Parts: sequence; C-alpha cells; structure tokens
Amino acid sequence: MKLTPGSRWKCALSEAEFVLVRAPSMEGELACGGLAVLAAAAERPAGGAKPEGESLLGKRYTDVDTGLEVLCSKAGKGILSFDGRALTIKEAKRLPSSD
Amino acid sequence: MNTALLLEMAADGAGERVAIGSAADGCVWPELLDRARSAAGWLASRPAGTVAHLGLNSQVVPVALYAAGLAAKPFAPLNYRLPDADLRRITARTAPSVVIADEDMAARVQGIEGVEVITRAAFLAEAGAGHEPPAIGAEPDDIAILLFTSGTTGEPKAAVLRHRHLTAYVLSSVDFLGAADDEAALVSVPPYHVAGVSAVLSATYLGRRTVYLESFTPEAWVALARDEAITHAMVVPTMLGRVLDVLEEKGERLATLRHLSYGGGRMPAASIERALKLLPHVDFVNAYGLTETSSTVAVLSPQDHREAVASADVDVRRRLGSVGRPLPALELEIRGAGEERLAAGELGEIWVRGEQVAGEYLGHRAIRDDGWFPTNDSGWLDEGGFLFVEGRLDDVIVRGGENISPGEIEDVLRGHPGVADVAVIGLPDDEWGERVAAVVSPTDVKTSAEELGAWVRARLRSTKTPELFEFRDVLPYNETGKLLRRTLKQELSARPAPARPAPGPTTSSSIASTRGC
Repeated sequence: MKLTPGSRWKCALSEAEFVLVRAPSMEGELACGGLAVLAAAAERPAGGAKPEGESLLGKRYTDVDTGLEVLCSKAGKGILSFDGRALTIKEAKRLPSSD
Repeated sequence: MNTALLLEMAADGAGERVAIGSAADGCVWPELLDRARSAAGWLASRPAGTVAHLGLNSQVVPVALYAAGLAAKPFAPLNYRLPDADLRRITARTAPSVVIADEDMAARVQGIEGVEVITRAAFLAEAGAGHEPPAIGAEPDDIAILLFTSGTTGEPKAAVLRHRHLTAYVLSSVDFLGAADDEAALVSVPPYHVAGVSAVLSATYLGRRTVYLESFTPEAWVALARDEAITHAMVVPTMLGRVLDVLEEKGERLATLRHLSYGGGRMPAASIERALKLLPHVDFVNAYGLTETSSTVAVLSPQDHREAVASADVDVRRRLGSVGRPLPALELEIRGAGEERLAAGELGEIWVRGEQVAGEYLGHRAIRDDGWFPTNDSGWLDEGGFLFVEGRLDDVIVRGGENISPGEIEDVLRGHPGVADVAVIGLPDDEWGERVAAVVSPTDVKTSAEELGAWVRARLRSTKTPELFEFRDVLPYNETGKLLRRTLKQELSARPAPARPAPGPTTSSSIASTRGC
C-alpha cells in the first residue's frame, strides 16, 4: 500500500472514496470499516457486511501519531483507521479567503 | 488526483446549488460536471496535447479547465489583449493544441501549424453532446495550467502549475462547501490571470456561485454586482479605484456585498481608506501572490484592516499598506543577496516554500531542490510578521550601497495634493551607481519639482529624495494594472545625466533637477 499524496482509494465495503492528502511518517495499513482500502481502479468484491459509521464528503481525517491525512471525496459507510487506530476529523480552519 | 476531483466533489455535495450564472437559471454543479466530462471526451479525440483558450470570461473557462484535467491535457488561457504577432507566437508555442476561441477572435489564431481552432459555440455544443470522458484523468504531477506571464519585460515565460500545486492550494485555503447558500462571486479578472484560475477552483470547492463579467468596466461591474446580489469579489487596484468612483457618483452602496479582496499590485493607502469609509459593511482582504505560487501566499484579513485603521500606533496603522501574514500552510522568509535570512525590518528578496509553490516554467525550474522559491519580489517583514511588498527586485534602487524602495517614496509623493500618480525609478549614475528619479502624473493642483523634493525630504531621508522629477499626463501600465517601471527607466536612462556638482542644464524642459549632491 503506497500512500503517496494525491493517490486515490476506496472502501472495500462501501461507496466511500478517499484522496490521500498527507503521507504518514511510517508505513502502515489504511482501512475502512476494518478492511484495507482498495486502489481507486480496483474492483470492489461483492458481498461483505455493511460497516458501522460513516465517512463524510469533504471531511478530512487524520492520524495524529503519523501525520497521515485523508480527504473523503465520496461519502459512504465505514470509518477510517490506520494500523488499527481510528482516524479523527480534522477541524476546519477559518481563513479569510482571497478568491 | 487532479483539479477535476474538486468538481466531482462539488457535484456530489452541492447538487442543488447554482455553479455558474444567475441564481434563477444558472447551471448547477452536476450540469457543469456533465459538460466538463463530455468536453473531455471530445478533447481526448483530438491530436492536441494542450487545450488553449482565447476568449472573454464565460462558462467556457471552468468547462475547459476541468475538461482538460479530465483529459490529462494542460490548459493554457491566452491573453487576447496581446497584439496579433505576439498572440500568434505564443499560440504557436502551445502546439500541438486545440484553441477554444470566441467567435470574433478565432481568425486571429487561424493557420498556425499544429493548432486546431474551435469556436466557443462549437465547443459548448461538444460539451453538451454527452461524449464519454476518458477513463483516466491527469495524475497529480501532470501539468494542469500553462500561464504565459504578462511580464513587464521581455518574451513571456510559460509558468507551469501542476495538479498537485493547485489542489494543495485549494485544500489548504478553503473548506469544502464552506460557502453559505446565498453566496455569489463576481469574477472580472481576465481568464489568463492566475486569479481567474484560482477563482474557478476555490468557488468549486466552496460550492459558491460564480457570475462572470465578460470584460471589466466599472459601470458594468457595479450593475452586475447589484443585479446578481453579489457577496464576494476580487479586484486589482486600478479596478477598485474606478469602482469607487462609480459608487460615489451613483450613490450605490451594494448592500449584498460582504467581502472584497484586492491584489495584483500596490494599493494606495488613500484608496483603501476611501473604500473602508464608503463600504463599511464590507470585509476587505488584501492578497499577495504570484502565478508561480498558485496565487495567494499572504493575506491581510478584514480584522487586520480594522485594527490598522483604528490604531493610534504608527507601526500598526502602517499595516494597512502591508499584504498581511503568510498563509499557515506556507513558509516565507526575507533573504539578502547572499541568500542569508534577514531580520525583521530589513529589505530583501521574498522567498516562499510550500506545496502550492510551483516555481517552474517550461524549460526552466526556478524553485530550489529544498523547495524554496525566490520570488524576485522585494519586501520586508515587520515585528508582527506582516509582509510589506515593495515591488520587483529589479526595481529596488541601489544608491551608494543603500537599498531604496521605490514604493516608500511613491507612497509619500501620493500624499501630496499635486500628485495623482507617480513612479519612482533608479537611473544609472556614475558616482552613486544609481540616482532616484520620479515620474509624476499631476493633479489640477499646481506644484513643482522643488516643492515635491522638499515634501519628500521632510518625510524621508535626503538620500531618498528624487534628484529628478518628470511630469507626464499618464503613466504606462500593462492591462492587469502593473506599472511598467522598466519602460520609464529605459526612456529616461537614454538621456544624459545632469552635470554635478552644480545642477546642470537639463535635456528636456519637463525635467528639473532639485539636488546637486
């Protein structure tokens, strides 16, 4: 699992999709609903239980320990984790927009 | 990941909101995505490597920009204000390419080898034809945008912005669907300006409606802002002054406007104070950025504006003339000629580092291996970390080893009632290396070189007092509002210097020497 910035992933168990924003400081497994995420181009296997919880469109999820940051680009069931640690929502910043 | 992901997310999350056009009958985000996907399908069928655009502001800009990303081809907005010969030379550099051209501009780029031309209407027809988009879009490291820098001198450089730079800029500076339902942005900067590109991307991720003004006039800007209940807008300094004139004249106060950002050149303090007084309900943001940095790198926030205006502390008040503080996602340093880091208050070159910083041109990388990019802009930071931009590094005047910022002298001269506009430049000087000269566009208030010289000397050091004053009706600007100091410098440098120590005869009756030194 090569977690490079800009790489795209999807949940093996739901419609949820993700973009990697910041790479983790050490290698590990990114999972959704407890199962390793799939590369965006991969086929989702049929069946499998619907996972608990939800990933929300446009939210950023982070692992404080490694600095890993993931953007949810399509909403779906399943909570993200990295090496078993649940990721947490990164607080939105309020910047004065210039555009 | 590429820029089109931003549009896919907006189409998913902001389905009912209008993306482009008027609130009543504009196109919603999923429609815009459909058009971009179909246009991408058409683009993929062409031999073109690059997608160029030659036209006024319209929905073609976001459609073509996103379609190019979906088709993994660079998007190159072209400057339609260039003379034909320059435009054709730049267009030829985009080959093999397809140029999407406004109907009345298409003929200007016909018959260039490797360049296919499609009119705006024909392109929009392809965008509505339901073509299947390519399966794979651009990768993060692919080129998203090629911008031929307006430049104030020489052959335009093709600045390269990759998808990763632009997406990093958007993700770090705005929140997904952060716009309120009623927000609408008025975009009047030309599409070939980096602010036109970042306006598309930021509005998409924010889920904010965009209304395009085809081409700027202050009257049309004010009318559209009022009729479309515009809440957000961005202007360059010359636009703001003209907009304020119209507002005063018509008594219009744009009740729905909440947020006005300005940038792209030095804003006279008097203009911004006038704007704050005239539009007290509006939040003002001063933004500083470059094409090479994916737009904004520093902002002076609405709160900063209010604090500066209200402060009795001269250092805080002066921040109204700053560009504020760097974005949190960036590092910014002032460095000297030996690239050493300078302390607060010292004038040097502005360097930046961050994921949005490209610092690259076709065939040339200006960014260093460690990610730092020398901007070629001169500036300094105050004790509070506020950045003051003084202009291009080449414009700094070095007189007898002293670095003199033209901007500081210009600000002082603009405060004189007899001065409407002014450019301060350095002219070659055998004794001092350079000497300070001022080209003044006067108001109706009568003044003289002697009086202006005394005005500056009373407020700044005598070494900063211009030795030469020339009076002209207007100063030369390029079309995006950048003062062409270089042009003035070349014209005035061609003349022989006045003799010293006594003021000698001048070569032109309009030139007066005020100081012999």
